[in-house]
Amino acid sequence: MPLHFELVTPARLVLSEDVHLVVVPGTEGEFGVLEGHAPFTATVKDGVIRVWRSAGGSAEEIPVKGGFAEVSAKGLTVLAEHVG
Amino acid sequence: MASLKELKGRINSVKSTQKITKAKQMVAAAKLRKAQASAEAARPYATRLAEVVGSLAGRVLVGESSPRLLAGTGKSQVHLLVVANSDRGLCGAFNANIVKAAKLKAHELLAEGKTVLFYLVGRKGRAPIRRDFPKAVLGMFDTTQVREPGFTEAEAITNELLALFEAGKFDVAHLIYGKFKSALVQEPTVQQIVPVPTPKVAVSDGAVVEYEPDEETILAELLPRYLRTQLFGALLENVASEQGASMTAMDNATRNAGELIKKLTIQYNRSRQAAITTELVEIIAGAEAL
Repeated sequence: MPLHFELVTPARLVLSEDVHLVVVPGTEGEFGVLEGHAPFTATVKDGVIRVWRSAGGSAEEIPVKGGFAEVSAKGLTVLAEHVG
Repeated sequence: MASLKELKGRINSVKSTQKITKAKQMVAAAKLRKAQASAEAARPYATRLAEVVGSLAGRVLVGESSPRLLAGTGKSQVHLLVVANSDRGLCGAFNANIVKAAKLKAHELLAEGKTVLFYLVGRKGRAPIRRDFPKAVLGMFDTTQVREPGFTEAEAITNELLALFEAGKFDVAHLIYGKFKSALVQEPTVQQIVPVPTPKVAVSDGAVVEYEPDEETILAELLPRYLRTQLFGALLENVASEQGASMTAMDNATRNAGELIKKLTIQYNRSRQAAITTELVEIIAGAEAL
C-alpha cells in the first residue's frame, strides 16, 4: 500500500496523491517517510521536499517555506506557508 | 409641474445611474464566485492546522512556561479590536454593520472598565471609528494597494500584531469581520484571536506520536501560523461578504432605478399629452371664433 501524501498551503491543496517515499527537511535533520511510518510530528525548515512516486523512479523536488509535517495513520501531511 | 425638458433630463440621468448599478452588480456577482472559490480552497489548510494545534494544545499543560500566545499575559486589561473592513463602498450596510459590531463590543468592554484599542484593516472603517474613539486607534493596515487581500497581507497584519503583542501593547485581541452566510446575509462576527483559543478536537486514535523538536517548541512555532491562518480566513470571508453585500445592494438599486424610470416616464407622457391637448383646444377655439 503506498503512502498518502498531501501538501497544503493556506491558499490551496497543492498535492494529494499516493506516493512511494517522501524526504522532508525537518528542523532537526532530514527524514524520509515510507508507508506505515509511526505517528510523528515535526517542524520543517525552509528547503526542498523530495517526492518519489515509485520505487527506483526519480524524485520530484518541491521547495517549501514555513512548513510543518505530520505523519498519522492516514499518511503524511505537509502544511507549508509558501510552496514553489 | 416640471417641464418636459426637465423630466427628460431626469429620466436620462436615472437611466445612466441604473447602468452603473447594473454593471457593479454583475461585477460583484463574478467576484463573489471567485471569492467563494478561494475561501473554499483555503479550508483544508485551516482545518488541518486547527487539528494539529488542538491536539498539541491538549497535550501541553498551560502554565508559566507555555507560549504567551496561548497562555496570555496573565492580565486582560487592554483589549485590542482588530476590525476588518473593505476598501470600497457601494456594498450597502456591510461596512456600517461591522463598525456597529465593533463599537458595541468596545462599549461593552469599556463598561467593564477595560482599555480598548483599535487596529483597523481596510479603508472604510477608519472614519467612523476615529470619530468615536479618536485616541484609541493603535494601528492601521492599508489594503488599497492590492486587488484582493491574500495570504501576504494576512502575514503582514499578523506580524504587526505579534510585534505589538510582544511589546506588551495589549493583552487580549478580538477580530471583527463580516462572516459570509450567503449573498443576502453577512454576519458581523467578533472572535477572540489572542490569546489563541485552542480549537476543540477529539484526540483521535490515542496513538503515541513522536515530536521533533518537543511539543512545546512545535506549539510555539505553530501558534503564530495558526493566527495567520485565522486572519487569512477572516480576510477571505470579508471579501466574499463584501461582494455578496454589494451584489444585493446593487440589485436593489437597479430595481429602484427601474421603478423610478417607469414613474417618471408616465409623468413625462402625461404632461406631453396635456400639452398637446391644450394646444388642440386652443386651435379649435381659435377656429370656432372666426
